[in-house]
Amino acid sequence: MSNAATHDAHHEERPKGLLRWVFTTNHKDIGTLYLIFALIMFFIGGTMAMIIRAELFQPGLQFVEPQFFNSMTTMHALIMVFGAVMPAFVGLANWLIPMMIGAPDMALPRMNNWSFWILPFAGLMLVGTLFMDGGAPAGGWTMYPPLVLQTGDAFPFLIFSVHLLGISSIMGAINIIVTIVNMRAPGMSMMKMPLFVWTWLITAYLLIAVMPVLAGAVTMLLTDRFFGTSFFNAAGGGDPVMFQHIFWFFGHPEVYIMILPAFGVVSQIIPTFARKKLFGYSSMVYATASIAFLSFIVWAHHMFTVGMPLTGELFFMYATMLIAVPTGVKVFNWVSTMWRGSMTFETPMLFAIAFVMLFTIGGFSGLMMAITPVDFQYHDTYFIVAHFHYTLVTGSVFALFAATYYWLPKWTGNMYNEKLGKVHFWLSAIFVNVLFFPQHFLGLAGMPRRIPDYSTQFAGFNEISSLGGFAFGLTQLLFVYIVIKTVRGGSRATDQVWEGAHGLEWTLASPPPYHSFTTAPEVE
Amino acid sequence: MLVSKVKRLKRSLTAVAGFALLANAGGAAADYALNLRQGVTPISHEVYDLHMLILWICTAIAVVVFSTMFISIFSHRKSKGFQPAQFHESTTVEIVWTIIPFLILIGMAIPATKALVTMEDTSNSDLSIKVTGYQWKWGYEYLDSGVSFVSSLATPKEQVYDKQEKGLNYLLEVDKPLVVPVNKKVRMMITANDVLHAWWVPDLGMKKDAIPGFVNEMWFKVEKEGTYRGQCAELCGKDHGFMPIVVIAKNDADYQKWIAAQKGAVAADQAAAQRDWGMTELMERGKKVYASNCAACHQAGGTGVPGTFPALKGSAIATGAKDGHVNIVMKGKSGTAMAAFGGQLNDIDLAAVITYERNAWGNNTGDLVQPSEIKAAR
Repeated sequence: MSNAATHDAHHEERPKGLLRWVFTTNHKDIGTLYLIFALIMFFIGGTMAMIIRAELFQPGLQFVEPQFFNSMTTMHALIMVFGAVMPAFVGLANWLIPMMIGAPDMALPRMNNWSFWILPFAGLMLVGTLFMDGGAPAGGWTMYPPLVLQTGDAFPFLIFSVHLLGISSIMGAINIIVTIVNMRAPGMSMMKMPLFVWTWLITAYLLIAVMPVLAGAVTMLLTDRFFGTSFFNAAGGGDPVMFQHIFWFFGHPEVYIMILPAFGVVSQIIPTFARKKLFGYSSMVYATASIAFLSFIVWAHHMFTVGMPLTGELFFMYATMLIAVPTGVKVFNWVSTMWRGSMTFETPMLFAIAFVMLFTIGGFSGLMMAITPVDFQYHDTYFIVAHFHYTLVTGSVFALFAATYYWLPKWTGNMYNEKLGKVHFWLSAIFVNVLFFPQHFLGLAGMPRRIPDYSTQFAGFNEISSLGGFAFGLTQLLFVYIVIKTVRGGSRATDQVWEGAHGLEWTLASPPPYHSFTTAPEVE
Repeated sequence: MLVSKVKRLKRSLTAVAGFALLANAGGAAADYALNLRQGVTPISHEVYDLHMLILWICTAIAVVVFSTMFISIFSHRKSKGFQPAQFHESTTVEIVWTIIPFLILIGMAIPATKALVTMEDTSNSDLSIKVTGYQWKWGYEYLDSGVSFVSSLATPKEQVYDKQEKGLNYLLEVDKPLVVPVNKKVRMMITANDVLHAWWVPDLGMKKDAIPGFVNEMWFKVEKEGTYRGQCAELCGKDHGFMPIVVIAKNDADYQKWIAAQKGAVAADQAAAQRDWGMTELMERGKKVYASNCAACHQAGGTGVPGTFPALKGSAIATGAKDGHVNIVMKGKSGTAMAAFGGQLNDIDLAAVITYERNAWGNNTGDLVQPSEIKAAR
């Protein structure tokens, strides 16, 4: 590999001032914008979670009214999914994919600018619904009709912001695919790409396949409400369950959109700190592709209680159970990579190991829910809430933390404070379990989700869960402090940063030049 | 054989959970239940056994995977001078860890399929009850005997807002519980009137969505007399958390007695609907009907919620022409949360509640709405 050209300083033509950020077409600037936006939304969505946990701290209504509580659960989910997790992974893709495949920038830089700058407006519109007549959307992030049609003035704004978020995602996905397919350095065949690039390539295809489906579904809601159509209105010959089928045809691939890049991140980090090659690179690629394929044929497991024919229920049960196979392959691969490695436990590795363990717990509860007869009991209870927070918080969000600690020294040229990083890890890892593990018990005991008040038998575990939630929320302020401190200064990071790190991004300087690889490196 | 093993393991788990409970004896009000409820129907037992089977399989896999991981974490460290091995890529290993999970999955799928087939078989039922979900109460109609009523939350608002101590069955108590006979196959035909709901009593082992315009079926056979509590499981708006379900399972003789009493009450109401009612009795009954049907949105004081639910106090409809008021209560208002109460309430209740709304909170129109007028308006 040649890295002589990459240290050229005369390519640094960084525009100055605020307009640099508005007009930027640079993949690193846009990546940074995405990450900052995601972090802000993470805290807005997190504040809503704190309100939810405060109200659920004890039985009775103490802080908010039921309608506002429903707005909080709805907005928390929409903001975390579309505002925090998805943009954060797109931010990582922007920063890393050109550097990992040896390209100077993304393939479509102007579209890149646009796909980011749509987001703040969509986000503002969504958050703005909180101040509208009738309150923010309160029908759940799944927007099931007929309930969602009872939303007040916020309704068209909800639909429009979902449209904008979808457009942004599709443009981001097109850019990622075009970049990966066309801009790889000479010698970098598909099967030599880093796994993060592979998982994002597959994720981008998922995005292109399903975001238009969501757009279609919400558009039908819009016409049902304002233009007299009856897509989802039984009285007019429509079917409210059809919305659920369309929504989850989007929704299940969507959950993999949020986890596949996380798989990629962890597959980069574990080999680095185990100082050993990933056990099975090609089987990891095939497993990712299999998971993506299966994600299209399992959607109805989100709606086993709607009353499907027996054969339908059996099909979706078997198909869903199959997902355990490629997911198992991934977990076994990570563990085998660690096995007889020479491990050190810096913060990114700690988060990656916690990811493997806690995501697997989320996988187990997922397998339990695949079993249709038992899912009739689990469905719409806190067991489900616990499940998807294990996959999304200790899964996606932990992977995002791991990625931040892993690549921040590369991005900024400064090392973060390892001691504080470890404190952040241990507090997060402990409190996230105090927060979510008791929710399994609540669900099994019969507590439905999305309720502002509950019977006294559920008081004990709700109290514990809330305390864990407050502590987990506060801990994340430490993360912001660590990141800001690292951006401002710190001990110099080497180009390779980590002893065991391999890949093109580590051949660049820390921080890397403004236009990553102006001369394509050669891969052996 | 596997199932009996699971049962043995289950007993030991219960023992462990018992110790955990003892250690936790501090909190008396809150119980710290850890596991799925076993329930009181054959289905709920089958579901419980399946749940335990899969839980133990997952636990076994977790022990293998996590202990491998921890051995590695503790011994294969650079700080202990461990040199990294160079092995990677093994097709044999990959095939093995693809096939074994696949076989385990087949082992799970077989009992799951059996259970599912039984659960979905609603044929040969002894009794059919139609359930209708409303925002935010349940309507029940016994198709075999014609008995029907609406069941709504009985917990007073004072308990919800911490102005009164919470009762034993806080939020899980209703004014009129559903009564079913034990050891009879009861088929539930579930639908909804406004938005989606889901009918769920954990001890009966199943839940089903209530969907406007469609009828879903489920069945249960309660093995033990007793009172079983559940609640709506599908988000249905503001008071989703406040629409509980109470099922009382009685032996056959008591059940027949209850049915007879219900029929008697219906006959009495029908007779009473023929006569002219006075202001006081209408207001008295109207206040009760208002509290369980209207107050959730329009509020006890008729003030509504600005921007969401209109006020009735001094409103154009409640103080305007009688016809318009009767019409909106009976037929609802499409595109809003205002339901059509014509099908939910009988003539007396409708007459009473409209009279109440027209005269309470300073609306003093002096209007009296008679049950006969409602009958004419139907």
